[in-house]
Amino acid sequence: MRSVKKEEIYKALVEIVGRDYVSDRKEDLYIYSRDPGLEEAHEPDFVVMPKTVEEVQEIVRLANRERIPVVPVGASLSLSGLTIPYKGGIVVDLRRMDRIIEVNRMGRYAVVEAGVTQGKLKAYLEENFPDLCHSLPEAPPSATIVGNLVIHGQGHLAQQYGFNSSMVTGLEVVLPSGDVCRIGSCALGPYWFSVEPFPVPAGLFLGWFGATGIITKVGIRLYPRKRLRDVEVFVVEDPKLVPEVVYRVAHTEMAEDLTTSAQPYPPIYQGIVMIQVYINGDTEEELEFKRRLIWRSLKEIIDAKEGGFMALTPDIRGTLLEEPIPTLTRFADVLRGGGFVYCGAIIPVEKFPEALKRLFEIAERHQVTFAHSGRVIGRGHCMMFAFAYPFNREDAASMERAKKALDESYIATLEMGGIPWKPDLSAQRMMIERMDKGAAELLKRIRKLLDPNGIMSPANWGVEP
Amino acid sequence: MSASLADIHRCFRCGWCMLPTNFVDYNCPPYVRFRLEGYSPGGRLWLIRAWLKGELEWSERLAEVLFSCVACRNCAESCQMRFKDEIVDWIVTAKSIAVEKGLVPPKVRDFLENVARFGNPWGLPRAQRMAWATGVKRYDKDEYLLYLGCESCYPERGREMAKNVIAVLEAAGVSLGVLGDEEECDGNEVYMLGELGLFNELASRNAKKFKELGVKKVLTVSPHAYNSMKKYPGRGFEVLHFTQLLHELVQRGRLALSGVRYKVTYHDPCFLGRYNKVYLEPRRVLQGIPGLQLVEMRRSRESAFCCGGGGGNFVFDMLYGPESPARVRVREALETGAEVLAVACPICKCMLEDAVKDEGLEDRIGVKDLAEIVLDAMKGP
Amino acid sequence: MELKFDRSLCEKCGTYDCLTKCQYLRLDREGARREIMKLINREDSFVLRECVTCYACEEYCKKGNHPFYLITELQEEKGILPVPKPILRQWINTGIPTKRDPQHFPFAREPVLSLCLFPEFVEELGGRLFEGFSIIVGRHFFCQLAYLHFGRPSIIKERLPRIIENIARHGFKEIVFFHDECYSTFTSYARAYGIEVPFRPVHYFEHLYKRLKELEGEIRPLRVRVAYQRNCSTRLAPDKEHYLDEIFELIGVERVRREYDGENALCCGGIFRLQQRYDLYVDVQKRNVEDMVRAKAEYCVFNCPMCYYMLAEGVSKAGVRPIMLHQLCKLAVGEPSR
Repeated sequence: MRSVKKEEIYKALVEIVGRDYVSDRKEDLYIYSRDPGLEEAHEPDFVVMPKTVEEVQEIVRLANRERIPVVPVGASLSLSGLTIPYKGGIVVDLRRMDRIIEVNRMGRYAVVEAGVTQGKLKAYLEENFPDLCHSLPEAPPSATIVGNLVIHGQGHLAQQYGFNSSMVTGLEVVLPSGDVCRIGSCALGPYWFSVEPFPVPAGLFLGWFGATGIITKVGIRLYPRKRLRDVEVFVVEDPKLVPEVVYRVAHTEMAEDLTTSAQPYPPIYQGIVMIQVYINGDTEEELEFKRRLIWRSLKEIIDAKEGGFMALTPDIRGTLLEEPIPTLTRFADVLRGGGFVYCGAIIPVEKFPEALKRLFEIAERHQVTFAHSGRVIGRGHCMMFAFAYPFNREDAASMERAKKALDESYIATLEMGGIPWKPDLSAQRMMIERMDKGAAELLKRIRKLLDPNGIMSPANWGVEP
Repeated sequence: MSASLADIHRCFRCGWCMLPTNFVDYNCPPYVRFRLEGYSPGGRLWLIRAWLKGELEWSERLAEVLFSCVACRNCAESCQMRFKDEIVDWIVTAKSIAVEKGLVPPKVRDFLENVARFGNPWGLPRAQRMAWATGVKRYDKDEYLLYLGCESCYPERGREMAKNVIAVLEAAGVSLGVLGDEEECDGNEVYMLGELGLFNELASRNAKKFKELGVKKVLTVSPHAYNSMKKYPGRGFEVLHFTQLLHELVQRGRLALSGVRYKVTYHDPCFLGRYNKVYLEPRRVLQGIPGLQLVEMRRSRESAFCCGGGGGNFVFDMLYGPESPARVRVREALETGAEVLAVACPICKCMLEDAVKDEGLEDRIGVKDLAEIVLDAMKGP
Repeated sequence: MELKFDRSLCEKCGTYDCLTKCQYLRLDREGARREIMKLINREDSFVLRECVTCYACEEYCKKGNHPFYLITELQEEKGILPVPKPILRQWINTGIPTKRDPQHFPFAREPVLSLCLFPEFVEELGGRLFEGFSIIVGRHFFCQLAYLHFGRPSIIKERLPRIIENIARHGFKEIVFFHDECYSTFTSYARAYGIEVPFRPVHYFEHLYKRLKELEGEIRPLRVRVAYQRNCSTRLAPDKEHYLDEIFELIGVERVRREYDGENALCCGGIFRLQQRYDLYVDVQKRNVEDMVRAKAEYCVFNCPMCYYMLAEGVSKAGVRPIMLHQLCKLAVGEPSR
């Protein structure tokens, strides 16, 4: 952008949000050029931090007038570069919009602004509505609710209630035109209880990584939070047993979260897969009832000595019961290097053994260390299977290896018929190339329809390079 | 004492550090003020690394990012990584590199020069240090050397607090004396600003003086001095913060407390709380006062939100504005329904009292230090 | 390494205490005799499948003929798995040393304390009770005895010589063992298999007693009632248990008389859970804890950290305070227990 133009735009942005909340300083742009993953950095022209919906609208209108890209961001923790301003432009950091607007207890929903963090909502509910919780992902508590929704994230209630994005009860969106709209019951009245059966789908704005508009408010379902919570860890050696274990446990409908993990090191993890089965209850009786049903559901596998429940020591149990579990974040320090990337593959549960095999092969091929963590979605309709690779920021070779392993993991995902979750740009391209032609066409048309000037997160789901 | 920056690349910028351990709301004072990611702990570490690698040139903005860190230690408390305890040290080291290269912002440069030349960061004459304390006993083999510190000697409110502390302790018959004109800056902020040479100089001067006078126990008004003196190399004396002694006195019934009739919320000072894990004693003092109703803010103990006065900021006020940490904190205190915001640090006292005024809340909440509350209790409701 | 087993002792036994006294198998004398005969003839017996590996029969056998060690040999011979295969694999792997496990502690001098696989106790095992002690800890010093619970004595035999060498290399004449299993390994198990142990194992009861005796003047009697949780491996070498009662007397603690103590002690249940016997696990913990409550115990004193991990919560929920023995002793000499 020419410097005269830049000056003008800068002034216009200052007009909108105030001097304190716009920046074109190198240092600020540096941070927003990149995320903690391995994608290439690209500098934006501006960073702006609006407080109100009106400010967001003004910013978008300005961007439309001047044809400048706009990239909405939360905490930028996708690790796939979804918030990197590949085409420059204005990064809109939404985290000043951090009000919890409403919690409707009887309706079990909350309405929050785009910048509310996972941690803030969790703390607020614990204090004020202790029998309600939201589906909390394993991301750091600094991650935003909306950020997680726009990537179709999953939280600890995934096995019971599905993707977090299916828990949306209403949206307020600033469209690429700068107009604001509401979707769901909130479009007809003061309540945010449901998006169905409203004709305009919330899905127009979920999973698009900002390409169709900026979500400024969201309604999400809250679920019963019980007083007690515990976890059982079932261990198998043969990955082929995992789908059966998942099927049986899901059938009981007694489990809360259902997650998997496998890693090559330390030795205690070698050669096994662990399935974490979470249970909750308001009384010991309820908890024990659920526990016994779950144990019973796996009786055959246990009797055949092919699988068993661990006896957890308090420190392991304590870690597994943390909300969120910090060990996932700590994976970034495995190589004392400050980073990791992962391909979250959404795959059928029956593909688990193949996915695990491929993970081992990919890691071997690229000589990288790795870990797997997974989460069952719904009653085993699918699962998130993560191929995770740590890297060391001071070691370019380790970064390169991790990136290659990551790329291959996306390929493996598609080969298995899975959907890459929150894919980076190259994985997005692979998906577009591979997907049903009708769908690819629809993708293009919806974008064009909603964003004719191509200003909203233009890199994401873009068909051109 | 200076941490190597060899591991600074290990910061993942995951953001755990931005929140308190109870997740209530953003808890990094410069981030709360500026809201640009570069001002968050992780953002700051990434910028430091970029600077040291030559990816970014030193600039005014970088200086602001670096020196706006108030060293409250929330990041080290919340970080989930193995190197969490080194984070603040990394920032201090980065500051010391800037100091060495002569790259400090003018306000910081002035702060440090003033301490070196006048023994206080405001550059006020040494003679003024104890001018208000002419009636206070000078140390002469008393049980405690009461160390006042710059923030209790120069700002008016700091002096008030010092007077309150002296009044309470004298009422309890505690044997104490002050150093008078010989008092030297304790060096805490100097350390947090990265001027390690000056810190060592101050530390050795203080330690030497205490040794010469045969001081066995030092009692401080400020948690900053408490923190700093605990780290003096080869320290041959015990250090206590006045709230710890107050706690003992209240427990032993050495103070006649009739009581008060107000609701209080206690603000944990960073250098007493997160740095030294002293959370209980000040609360027990308050709970020991009849009629006092103690309520907690949403962010308390290890989750407490810093008033924003550390790292020299109580002088150069980089975080000033309607969203300054002190003003945010005062609003948080108001939410508890408390009429009194209790403090145990003269810097907190100054920052928060100013904030109450800026918020226009003088008729709804007042700031009192712990000694003042105890004095109120001695007078009766 | 062959088990020193004399079949004629079993043939002439007559009482078959090992099986008649078993708290879990409930055999009468005739049933016991039948099963014993099968075992000594290395035939299959339901005992091999149903044994919960509580180690008690080692204690019950007054002839010292190692019935439990025999059971584990036969389990392995016949490929019987007391626990599911993946659990076994985890436990086998858990003993594999990592880069973090030092093979040698060059600065360790006597008096020395071995912490086996429990580094989390390093800080606590200090103060005056362990003044001047060096510590050795980690997988290179892991006693391996746990594999008796998994019917895999071969692992013990394979790894133990190296472990003994790792210790012996330091030249220690005497080592105090924090973990009861270590002590039993280097006494009972070693003797039963003719393994030479070039150092004198000292149980931490013995050390604690002797040290407390030295500090006798400074002990403030605790005057509390405690239940003792008798762990499995102490039954292999009960000779040192008298020190426990002597400690209790020194520190002014009353060991409550209850049903599940002494030879009748109940396991913590951790191993039963690993064997996937969930009902039995719940049952033994319930009976054990109720017994402590009935006997009006204020504390439950643990000798073994694994027992502590498995049972502390249940004990605590019943209003009895769980505490490790060394923590109790620290309280008696006025030191913080943790």
